[in-house]
Amino acid sequence: MTEQSIQPKMTARTLAVHYGGKPALKGVDLDIAAGEVTALIGPSGCGKSTFLRCLNRMNDTIAAARVSGSATLDGEEIYGAAGMDPVLLRARVGMVFQRPNPFPKSIYDNVAFGPRLHRLVAEGEAMDSLVRRSLERAGLWKEVKDVLGQMGTGLSGGQQQRLCIARAIAVEPEVILMDEPCSALDPIATARIEELIDELRESFTIVMVTHSMQQAARVSQTTAFFHLGDIVEVGATERIFTAPANPLTQGYITGRFG
Amino acid sequence: MTTIGEPHIVKSYDSELARLDDSLARMGGLAEAQMAAALEALEARDSGLAARVMEGDAQVDAVEAFVNEQAVRVLALRSPVADDLRTVVAALKIAGEIERIADLAANAAKRSLVLNRLPPVEPMRSLLRLGRLALGLVKEVMDAHLGHDALRALAARDRDQEIDDVYASLFREILTYMMEDPRNITPCSHLMFIAKNFERIGDHATNIAELAHFRILGRAAPQDRPKRDDSSFVGADPE
Repeated sequence: MTEQSIQPKMTARTLAVHYGGKPALKGVDLDIAAGEVTALIGPSGCGKSTFLRCLNRMNDTIAAARVSGSATLDGEEIYGAAGMDPVLLRARVGMVFQRPNPFPKSIYDNVAFGPRLHRLVAEGEAMDSLVRRSLERAGLWKEVKDVLGQMGTGLSGGQQQRLCIARAIAVEPEVILMDEPCSALDPIATARIEELIDELRESFTIVMVTHSMQQAARVSQTTAFFHLGDIVEVGATERIFTAPANPLTQGYITGRFG
Repeated sequence: MTTIGEPHIVKSYDSELARLDDSLARMGGLAEAQMAAALEALEARDSGLAARVMEGDAQVDAVEAFVNEQAVRVLALRSPVADDLRTVVAALKIAGEIERIADLAANAAKRSLVLNRLPPVEPMRSLLRLGRLALGLVKEVMDAHLGHDALRALAARDRDQEIDDVYASLFREILTYMMEDPRNITPCSHLMFIAKNFERIGDHATNIAELAHFRILGRAAPQDRPKRDDSSFVGADPE
């Protein structure tokens, strides 16, 4: 393993989140390795989604949420006085949600939305080729290349999710956060997304929350097990699923509690 | 650390895993009985008993088929992970080891039929001692596996050295008798093969001990145990 040899893409140190007075995340430490898929697993309410949302300041949008501790991207502090601008941060750390949520716009405009917002390329040929490249990387181009003007919301669930992935990667983020990206999809659409995730990790660092233990086992290289707002165990996925060190991890992944 | 034995939320999963262990226990019991009977047939020169041992091997094979079927079923339907996965994989492999043990016992019984037609030879006493050691080891490793006792499995594994030592000395003893009188060569050759069978049974028991260790603790058993079976060099010593 090269876990310690290279600088992690993102880090969390004593990262805690309170909703109102209620702790959702109790001060966790985690390193996210570059070019890997990190899976966050754990029972409902364990803090894994809260943790994910900390990584691109999505919790800022919840008035009652209070974040403390430290989170970094390439060594740069995300929170605090010297923290990053959330808009710029989210261009570098993109997000794909549980339910596909394309904008009520054309397929083309869905993908072009981010690049236009951040003025990445000029309209016309440059934008056309960026849209095409993003759709190709999301494995959707062949299916939609003749209907780019149609509404993104008219696609099937699996296609919509791949459109959302195309939209996320169009701004060339460094990290993509995925919150249960396949939970609303059928097994075939799920397999396509998993294959896509495997391809994307060559260019992006991916952090994924999943309720499917098998999905975590299939697509991730590192797995972190959350329980009651803490990280109980983190390690190479292969080890976690063959010989977990912590009895709580073992109990959860084998279906003895959760 | 172990949660082996703690119930799953889905209860039928527990009963499927328990059925695997039960079948292994049954298979181990059958193989031990086969081996004990083969030893008895050798000692009492009882050809009838030897024939029953040879027939009994089919029973062990049947339980092995059942274990394999159950293990594949659990893999397909439950996608086991962690200790559950190790339980299933170990069951598959241990069933294979026990099947080999029973096979070797049946082969020993088969050779006893020939021995019974020839005059008795002295090294039989040492051969029976070797067989009993191997049988004791099989019992011990199966108990360790079914009792989830990794330390006991490791301790049992180290006893295989004793079997190797007795085998090496028996090898020399048999050679001596063959050199002494050519009429001993036929029965002694059969003894030699049976001795090899018993030594192999010890090796299979060792494998079971290592699988038990893996199943219980999730890591391979340490590989630093001494290994010295020098019987392959007997007869090649410079005078």
